[in-house]
Amino acid sequence: MEKIDFNYRNKILTIVFAGILLFFTVIFSICVGVYTIPLFEVFNAIIYHILGNGGASNEIYSTIVWDIRIPRILTGMLIGMALATSGATYQGVFRNPLVSPFILGVSSGAAFGAALSIIYPVPYSVQISAFIFGMVAVFFAYSLAKVRGKTPLVTLLLAGVILGSLFNALVSIFQYMASVAQLKAIVFWLMGGLHHIGWTQFYTVVFLIPLGIILLMGYSWKLNILSLGDEEAKSLGINSERLKIILIIIATFITSISVSVAGIIGWVGLMIPHASRLIVGPDHRFLLPLSAIMGGIFLILCDTIARTITTGEVPLGIVTSILGAPYLIYLLRSKKTQFFGGD
Amino acid sequence: MIEVQNIYFGYDNRGNVLEEISFKVKKGELCAIFGPNGAGKSTLFKCIIGFLKPKRGDIYIEGKDITKMPIEDIAKLIAYVPQEHKPPFPYLLKEIVLMGRTPHLGGIFGPKKEDMEKTLEAMETIGISHLADRPYTELSGGQRQLALLARALIQETKAMVLDEPTSALDFKNQMIIWGTLRKLTKEGMSIIVSVHDPNHMLWFCDRVIILHNKRIIANGDPNDVLTEDVLKMLYGDICKIKEFDNSLKIVMPNMG
Repeated sequence: MEKIDFNYRNKILTIVFAGILLFFTVIFSICVGVYTIPLFEVFNAIIYHILGNGGASNEIYSTIVWDIRIPRILTGMLIGMALATSGATYQGVFRNPLVSPFILGVSSGAAFGAALSIIYPVPYSVQISAFIFGMVAVFFAYSLAKVRGKTPLVTLLLAGVILGSLFNALVSIFQYMASVAQLKAIVFWLMGGLHHIGWTQFYTVVFLIPLGIILLMGYSWKLNILSLGDEEAKSLGINSERLKIILIIIATFITSISVSVAGIIGWVGLMIPHASRLIVGPDHRFLLPLSAIMGGIFLILCDTIARTITTGEVPLGIVTSILGAPYLIYLLRSKKTQFFGGD
Repeated sequence: MIEVQNIYFGYDNRGNVLEEISFKVKKGELCAIFGPNGAGKSTLFKCIIGFLKPKRGDIYIEGKDITKMPIEDIAKLIAYVPQEHKPPFPYLLKEIVLMGRTPHLGGIFGPKKEDMEKTLEAMETIGISHLADRPYTELSGGQRQLALLARALIQETKAMVLDEPTSALDFKNQMIIWGTLRKLTKEGMSIIVSVHDPNHMLWFCDRVIILHNKRIIANGDPNDVLTEDVLKMLYGDICKIKEFDNSLKIVMPNMG
């Protein structure tokens, strides 16, 4: 018999390599900025704060590293991971490599929810309200797009556009009603960014996002089957309706948490899963972890650009969009059939 | 063994699509379902594999009533080979075949080494090992159909349902499929297959069930039940049956 193996070793090595790359990206990003901080000072500061000794740490460096850059970078990493993993999940569930949290209207829904709670603040309401309206958006998009049991891309995109513009209009009403301080909060946050991130925001995401990602990875084999289509999934013993709902809820949950912390950051959820699929193939057991890691790397790099390219700050959402739009144009021109002839 | 007992099926409150359907496919029997387009073949299939719940009646596979069974358990009893189509993602052929192990996987981490070995065996049996590393989306319709058959094989069920498995294939691949199905029945599998070509049914199948106007109008050995009268009833006066050497029958079109 001809030797055939499943090349899992290479795929695992790729993921490990990406993980190492992520680690160095984090370190690099801590070093650069308005103040460039030498590598050993970074480690000094970290050791000082974790172990509470080695007091030789430079006070300013220590503050910048520990109070500003580390929470910001780690939060950015987790958000990138969440957006990319949920993007990969949506693509599998909707059986379409062009959908993303952004396109499905989840981001705008979550943004509406978060804006609502900026105007009418209740404790913890930003996350909860973002999640609720993210769910509302995705289920509306899904049911609007459903034509005779199928969800063709065109109707899905249209539904996303409709919901996106509806929620944007509602957010505009809030902006109109808001006080100056609220208006500023909403606008900054809509542009998407990590400039205001500190340890508080980090603690919001540090448990919830990894939890969601791990749950999604647990379903990754079943997601493979689901991506073949409802009927085939059923014939292989997968309760496709239930699985879809579970996956959509988890993916929307981590997207909404991200949006509630960092505003709307587009394109990560579309671009990263696609690029990862080119590297490890469509098997979600490898695609989800690689997407998560690459999403982390991408977001950290974009944020690094956002805070270093000018003396001030460019909103992160703008950086990802400027990088993301050309990629989508390239995809549309070169892989047309993949998107529109998929079924 | 597959046993269908007096099932009725209809979508919503519209009229029935199937009425009074009863038949039995024994262990090791290759059974064809035959009937014009719209006769209810696909609906009957969907009932047998548990996608649709009949309004009335029971369906037993290996003596177990599947009408009250969750989909996870039905997939261990009966495999389904759908008509081939392109999935949106470029899985490799071997990955598609491996997915046939899903009903037997307990944990969350997916298939194990023995599942992969079964995949290699099944690809060897069907004769598609040389395509193992090709993206499924880039294969021909016939090759995809063979992959789906291999996938159903490693589901390791006692019964199998195939929806027009030879419609997209060239002649050689059609014969490969029929040969494989005959071999499987010899090993004790019960197989139901929908067929459009009456000759295939005469040549390869042990039993035929002919559907017409929601009901079964004939059930038995194809050589006995497939008569010119039946064909006339289904399709009008377009063909006749020729017999050679008192054994082999061929359905021929009426020419001129």
